[in-house]
Amino acid sequence: MTVLSGLTVVELANERISFAGKLMADMGADVILVEPPTGDPSRHYPPFVNDQPGENRSLYFWHYNTSKRSLVLDLDAAEDRQLFKKLVTRANILLESEPTQRLKSLGLDYEDLSILNPQLIHIAVTPYGRNNPDSDLPTTDLTLMAAGGPPWSCGYDDHELPPVRGLGNQAYHTASHFAYLSALTALLYQNTGGAGQFIDVSITAALNVTTEAATYSWLVNGSTVQRQTGRHAATHATGETQMMCADGRYVNTGVPPRFPEEFAKLLAWMGKIDLLDEFPEAVFLEMGANWEGPFDLSKIGSDDTITAIFGAGREGLKLIAQSVSAYDFFIGCQEAGLAVGIINSPEEVFEDKHFKARGFQVPVTHGNIEYLYPGAPYKLPASPWQIYSKAPELGEHHADILAELE
Amino acid sequence: MDKALANFRICDFTGQLAGAGATKWLSAFGAEVIRIEDPVRQGRWDILRGMEPYKPGQSGAEFGGAFNNHNTDKLGITLNLRTERGKEILTELVKISDAVTENFAAGVLKKWGFDYPRLQAIKPDIVYVSNCGFGHEGPYHRYKTWGPIVQAVSGLTFTSALPEQPPAGWGYSYMDHTGGYYMAMAIMLALLHRQQTGEGQWVDLACTEAAVTLNGPALLNWTVNQKPTRQTIQPSSNRSQFAPMAPHGIYPCKDIDGAGDHWIAISCRHQQDWKLLAAFINKPWTQPYDDTAYRLEHQDSLDEEMTRWCSGFDKFQLQEKLRTLPIPVAVVHKPRERIEKDPATAQFGLWPTVQHSAMGEVRVDGQPVHLSKTDWQMNRGAPLLGEHNHQVLSGLLGMDDAEIAQLQQDGVI
Repeated sequence: MTVLSGLTVVELANERISFAGKLMADMGADVILVEPPTGDPSRHYPPFVNDQPGENRSLYFWHYNTSKRSLVLDLDAAEDRQLFKKLVTRANILLESEPTQRLKSLGLDYEDLSILNPQLIHIAVTPYGRNNPDSDLPTTDLTLMAAGGPPWSCGYDDHELPPVRGLGNQAYHTASHFAYLSALTALLYQNTGGAGQFIDVSITAALNVTTEAATYSWLVNGSTVQRQTGRHAATHATGETQMMCADGRYVNTGVPPRFPEEFAKLLAWMGKIDLLDEFPEAVFLEMGANWEGPFDLSKIGSDDTITAIFGAGREGLKLIAQSVSAYDFFIGCQEAGLAVGIINSPEEVFEDKHFKARGFQVPVTHGNIEYLYPGAPYKLPASPWQIYSKAPELGEHHADILAELE
Repeated sequence: MDKALANFRICDFTGQLAGAGATKWLSAFGAEVIRIEDPVRQGRWDILRGMEPYKPGQSGAEFGGAFNNHNTDKLGITLNLRTERGKEILTELVKISDAVTENFAAGVLKKWGFDYPRLQAIKPDIVYVSNCGFGHEGPYHRYKTWGPIVQAVSGLTFTSALPEQPPAGWGYSYMDHTGGYYMAMAIMLALLHRQQTGEGQWVDLACTEAAVTLNGPALLNWTVNQKPTRQTIQPSSNRSQFAPMAPHGIYPCKDIDGAGDHWIAISCRHQQDWKLLAAFINKPWTQPYDDTAYRLEHQDSLDEEMTRWCSGFDKFQLQEKLRTLPIPVAVVHKPRERIEKDPATAQFGLWPTVQHSAMGEVRVDGQPVHLSKTDWQMNRGAPLLGEHNHQVLSGLLGMDDAEIAQLQQDGVI
């Protein structure tokens, strides 16, 4: 039993919302994935187990559909529409990303369903909102991201290179986060005596408000950020924060040393790995380490001593990076109190000792085999996150669910 | 209209974006969020307080544009937790709160004497949600992060790149935004659990863990197939990662205004999309790409052709034309274009104007959802430092004016 146990969620299979369904299912909700007779198209997305395609072999489908049950319904058939109505009558949440007029034309929209079930929380996730006909235009994660704003801020100092869209279907994720947040909000309201309601989630709106300074710089004073390599897009050019280390891997250097104890630790580290002989600026690190009271950061650039100390901090970090591996740089800097990051690939962070120690690798049973999955995004000890079952086979729970509806 | 979260009071130590973004959601839906700041450091722990962007002619700790954006409709009080009286007042506040929220480095609240056992002793069913980069347990729990560090460590920076280039990463703190979303989820999940069982709990949210879950299929390709994402030459992250699609990229368009940097994103999901596009392009170069396998295998040359072809078009006109086919297409919006020109954002009411006591009227990020019975509202800007001291100390804790004046004099608030 955990926090969403006892809730039934009906999810009309669609790649845009499958993550929202997973977030609910892994917190205990009974998420019924309603698939068309041909199955959800994402069952055929690569990568596949051993690279062999197959309806139940997509690792994409596996990831996004853990803890769900599968029911096959053809909503174009009258008999199945009746089953769908029965299902929704007993459900708490309907999660869908259908074309804006489709459910209405089938007599299955909120105005129809809320008569059958006034407590129903109906969540519609569309590209521009349920009332905008542009939501029916075809889209992909890439085009949604472009329209919603993120790629404008991502890419390189060289603006001949195109803006960059980060991988991972983050447009769908961001929309799914807001679908889930809305569902939890509506559930808290219900538990204090409120009714069901209709929730309109716009994917591009979700992206528009997930762009940090790009949006509020414009809203506050009409300034426009420009993309830069590996760091925040900004209205004025800022210093580089990404460096290649001795092993060819990259690190993000974050904020250079700012406090005397940070200069002291940096100096000690450089001594330990024999770099002081080739670093004449070490004398400024020493001055930084012995500085009395806080630095006046506004004097960087105007006060020669302060400028030299901070420049030495930045240069010292560069020299270390050239001499050690990215991992050693990360650990060494963090031990010195500096917030730097190693740029891991997904599998590298998955195998990292910190994440293993926190139990982030979670085994999921597939027949006789156990595979490791990414674990909990949050730890609620009294009502834990859990993968209850692997993604369902097409129609795996069809008979069970129909029997429950009798 | 009802407020969905009107029954909840949050004793809120969050700041920056990863924390403040979480309680912004709660306040938009009617929760009473009481933001507690340090009077000694004048709230400067939250560096956004006094950071650009500023409205023209304004600057300083009461005018930070980002701070205003992330703290709408919250109450702001100051409390010096170095003093015994400050601790007593916090204790009184915790007694009447539903949740305590913070995104300090691990251990900071504990140092002030308010770890979870202490909070629980004050109010047995309290919900406590902490949000820090690596969480409160594990080998790196003392390590510090901010958004870009979380993105770097978690794999998100790595998976945003063009071939033979260093990582491009995310040109903003995607994981401060998203860490805030997960924090809001965690708060609401714990509140739901408390509604059902009467039981509180401490949620240890590690932003990096939430971030790693955002590359799920790539991780399964590693654990199931032992196939790493790291390759000798990284493929362009503008290409389709899953369903095979080509073309699938971002292409340059004509410089329509002298400002440059005009781009368009185009995806052909399948043969049908490509046929529509090829007929529209109507040039012999498209012919070899009519074979799906060839098109998918020769994306480099196809992208070169697409780059040449797109660069002759006004991006908005090309978008209109490709929408009529229709195939997936979108202008890479500049901030002004999506905020002022795209009618969809205005129609959705995405940029509400709030009233800030020092900044005046400012537009802010709204919420990208509408709830038919309990929609969000944003009216007030972020609180000034201690703006609601009197309201909270008098209204909620029943202090009189003399008591409050004494607290001020003693440096407690």
